[in-house]
Amino acid sequence: MLVSYKWLQDYIDIEDLTARDIAEKMTRGGIEIDFVHQLNQGVSGVVVGFVKECQQHPNADKLNVCQVDIGEEELVQIVCGASNISSGQHVVVAKVGAVLPGNFKIKKAKLRGEVSQGMICSLQELGIESKLVQREFTEGIYVFNDKVEVGSDALAALNLDDEVLELDLTPNRSDCLNMLGVAYEVGALYEREVTLPNIEVITNAEEASDYISVTVEASEDNPYYGAVIIKDVKVGTSPLWLQNRLMAAGIRPISNVVDVTNYVLLEYGQPLHAFDYDRFGSKEVVVRRAQGGEKIVTLDEQERTLTSDHLVITNGNEPVAIAGVMGGATSEVHDGTTTVLLEAAYFKGATIRKASRDLGLRSDASTRYEKGVDQDRVLAAGRRAAAMIAELTGGTIVSGVVEEDVLSYEMATVRLDLERVNNRLGMSVSMEEAASFMSRLGFTYEQDGDVLHVTVPSRRSDIQIEEDLMEEVARLYGYDHIPTTLPKGATTQGALSEYQKKRRHVRHVLASSGLSEVITYSLTSPEKAKGFAFETTNNSPIRLAMPMSEDRSTMRTSLIPHLFDVLSYNINRKNQEVHVFEIGSIFLTDEDSLTKQPTEKEMVTGALTGLWHEHSWQGEKKSVDFYVVKGILEGLFAELGLTEPIVFEQAKLPDMHPGRTALILLDGKEVGFIGQVHPALQKELGLKETYVYELELEVLLKHDTKPVVYQDLPRFPAMVRDIALVVDAHRSAGEVEAVIRWAGGALLKKVRLFDLYEGEHMEEGKKSLAFSLTYLDSERTLTDEEVTKAHTQVLKMLEEHVGAALRG
Amino acid sequence: MRDRLEALRDEALAKVAVAEDVRALQEVRVAYLGKKGPITEVLRGMGKLSAEERPIIGQMANDVRDAIKEQVDQKEVELEQAAIELQLARESIDVTLPGRPIQGGSIHPLTQVVEEVEKAFLGLGFSVAEGPEVEVDYYNFEALNLPKDHPARDMQDSFYFTDELLLRTHTSPVQARTMELHKGKGPVKVICPGKVFRRDDDDATHSHQFMQIEGLFVDENVRMSDLKGVLEQFAKSFFGEDREIRLRPSFFPFTEPSVEVDVSCGMCGGKGCRICKQSGWIEVLGAGMVHPRVLEMSGFDSTKYSGFAFGMGVERLAMLKYDIDDIRHFYTNDMRFLAQFKRV
Repeated sequence: MLVSYKWLQDYIDIEDLTARDIAEKMTRGGIEIDFVHQLNQGVSGVVVGFVKECQQHPNADKLNVCQVDIGEEELVQIVCGASNISSGQHVVVAKVGAVLPGNFKIKKAKLRGEVSQGMICSLQELGIESKLVQREFTEGIYVFNDKVEVGSDALAALNLDDEVLELDLTPNRSDCLNMLGVAYEVGALYEREVTLPNIEVITNAEEASDYISVTVEASEDNPYYGAVIIKDVKVGTSPLWLQNRLMAAGIRPISNVVDVTNYVLLEYGQPLHAFDYDRFGSKEVVVRRAQGGEKIVTLDEQERTLTSDHLVITNGNEPVAIAGVMGGATSEVHDGTTTVLLEAAYFKGATIRKASRDLGLRSDASTRYEKGVDQDRVLAAGRRAAAMIAELTGGTIVSGVVEEDVLSYEMATVRLDLERVNNRLGMSVSMEEAASFMSRLGFTYEQDGDVLHVTVPSRRSDIQIEEDLMEEVARLYGYDHIPTTLPKGATTQGALSEYQKKRRHVRHVLASSGLSEVITYSLTSPEKAKGFAFETTNNSPIRLAMPMSEDRSTMRTSLIPHLFDVLSYNINRKNQEVHVFEIGSIFLTDEDSLTKQPTEKEMVTGALTGLWHEHSWQGEKKSVDFYVVKGILEGLFAELGLTEPIVFEQAKLPDMHPGRTALILLDGKEVGFIGQVHPALQKELGLKETYVYELELEVLLKHDTKPVVYQDLPRFPAMVRDIALVVDAHRSAGEVEAVIRWAGGALLKKVRLFDLYEGEHMEEGKKSLAFSLTYLDSERTLTDEEVTKAHTQVLKMLEEHVGAALRG
Repeated sequence: MRDRLEALRDEALAKVAVAEDVRALQEVRVAYLGKKGPITEVLRGMGKLSAEERPIIGQMANDVRDAIKEQVDQKEVELEQAAIELQLARESIDVTLPGRPIQGGSIHPLTQVVEEVEKAFLGLGFSVAEGPEVEVDYYNFEALNLPKDHPARDMQDSFYFTDELLLRTHTSPVQARTMELHKGKGPVKVICPGKVFRRDDDDATHSHQFMQIEGLFVDENVRMSDLKGVLEQFAKSFFGEDREIRLRPSFFPFTEPSVEVDVSCGMCGGKGCRICKQSGWIEVLGAGMVHPRVLEMSGFDSTKYSGFAFGMGVERLAMLKYDIDDIRHFYTNDMRFLAQFKRV
């Protein structure tokens, strides 16, 4: 809502206050003022001029040379290129030395040999938006229609010396979508009286009911419909003051009749519609729901197809307007209109909202209906508009309002219990103060001890319960005066849940292992939603009904494609070493069309590419490889202290390197995987060697953990034996280690692989693995013989089960 | 004999003086002090001496031996010391060479902000509650006093999957769910961090996905002044001890009265600057007293219980804290951006 400071003065005495004062006060009072616009936009030196003579430029077809009276002793010569210039016009002249928006300075100039001492301006050149300029002047200079004094300040004539407050209204304060509502608000804040417009309706002896009848078939959507007839009107341009006010409020002036309906809309917040009575098509107004598929051409020349959700005004046969949204083209007021049928109606917000949404049509009228208009003002606004139309068009109002009225409302009475107010707000307002706040708001009340029974006027339909009144008390009392206290109740212990604590730990362990945390979007493209999907079976894509783009249309089923995006983004910016992880949810359903919430699984996912260690003076560079990533995860698993060991099992997975991928198992169940991305996909994504892992965080964090149980430090020495084995190259280290552990029995406390060798000096198809075995008995010192016995058993089993021989 | 002993002493001491290492010194020790050495020989030959001379020469031989031993021992210490010093000198390194780097990742700045806010409210006795990103309409809107045709639904145009399921537009549904779990019995003290979604085109100040932290406190006799007190403590804990807060009336469908909460500008101390657009104040969160209908819908007796709720945008807090001008940085995850927030 745009509120002209000068216009506001019609209703309330604010001459001692600046627009900025009011803006600050309103903002602190709960209605945020985004901007205070200076309409002059830095313009100076523009005056009203009178074009005495206008002749074609001797050297240019499209230019005219004008002699213009600007109220100075001599006429000035101005060269003007506008096609609508002619002698006898009152125009806006930017004199030599004038400044136009954008600090554009007007200088004396010579145009094709002719001196030009200034510029004749269009409204756009004064900084007015083209969409607000009367149609006939959008392509040329502006010509005054009214009498204006030659040589006077053109800014004043155009009301551009005004300031406009731009209100950012919260949805509850639609009462301030009109000038009167704003006046009441300012009045409450400053304790000042509001003066309502004086409406004088002079009617002739005829009866409106002889002209028109009103039938409402959908009275729930339309509880009130009033029709007023104004005859003998002469449609033309509105007076300048009216045009100026509309433009300041962001509405383009059209004609006197239409401008009045818009003016009263802004003043009262009540949408009105003027029909051409003679083109209405009948003598009856019938309001009903549209039939499915029914069509109407609206004022903007668009054909609209309606459904039975939409309410229409008809002439008994066909729709002439979409109720509360937009009028029809056929019954539009035009230059030749002589009789006006003026509609003042109350339409239900939800009905209008539906139509406006379905048709993609939002108007000043529909916005106000949607938010609810003041039931008490419908008729007053109609009368105000009728009186203004009659006055500005020379028309006559036919006696009576033809109406159908099932509007029933009672003024809301809301209880305000002073004790409850003070308890809830934590402050101490006296009865006198509370009562005075109600009066300032224009609310009436009856006092009953410590309770006020407050009658709320219909313009403030947002006030329905005691808490609403508490807010009114609080904001007029001033939020700064509310004290600062701490809750009185029992204290509570704040703590993270076990899960939250562990998740935080996971995050910090991964970060200290050298990975950087990233956060990516939950929405993705259908293609990316398919890649690396957590479960490939029973997994339908979860798609938005109306996505803003295909890239953000589908819920992700893996974080990996999102981390690829992060990798690509960085590599494109020459960040080659990218080691990242994300903790986030994936979304899974087995339903083809969603009827219930999908499963949200929290995952921890990583992606690494580039060097792990850069080349340094002490050593060679080292690229990220499988074991770097595995090592990080092993470190993480160790931190989690799970009761069961994690197993890495060689696997083949889609889009993963067939020889460098492993499933990660816990209790024999898959909890995730790790590996190198398939070289074909790497190439497609423009990535070098890239490793990823994805783990089900919830399963890991909800798994049992080992409690810490202290073990006595060993009192007896351990014995360490190293062995180098030769095995078939296809044997995995895990297999060999498992045999060692099994064969070593109770005395074998630790097995560590410390070397792997393949190649030169090795028989073809063989490799060497070296292990360090630690034997210990916590009860006594082991003898050499005992260890040798156990160790011999290990070697024997190795030979039997994996064909391992001691390396010679 | 006397001369012989003196000559031996001078000869030995001269050799000690020129011994260059422990080995050379050892040779001197063996040569002069060993069992087959000349001094032992002198002592062995004492039998030929008179009774008067014998103790004198014996004493003298012992003195000479002691003198040589003392010199040898002293020289040995000196030589060992020198050897150690030489060794140390050889072992000296260039301490300005770079150390062996430890890989250090980083925690995302939004997570850091969430953790910090959590810390502040955990200290005030709040717990942390979480909920699903795909919500049912009831919890996202209706349970929060936003019935289907409520005009305020315009404020947060949403991503719907079906008529009943959507991406949550705020984390308030977690509050509604938490209240329901409490079955009408207070106190309820939670904060709810999480990802939320709105139909916005991504630009420097808008993101279709962002993070919020909302808070809820329901108990008997919770007052608006308590809201002010708790948020003031939070502001001081998060932004700094010298920061003030102010409340402005506002509107949210789920609270009444509702407020916007401003924090005094940390850049200019409230005098007015670029950051606070000359106002001295920065809007950081929305809050209010829980609407009685919301309490009732979640099973709380609104005549007995009252409460306050608040909500803040994590990106906004992070942008204010680090003076970041483009919200998209949080989601493009440029390593050069992330690396600036190292804190593990």
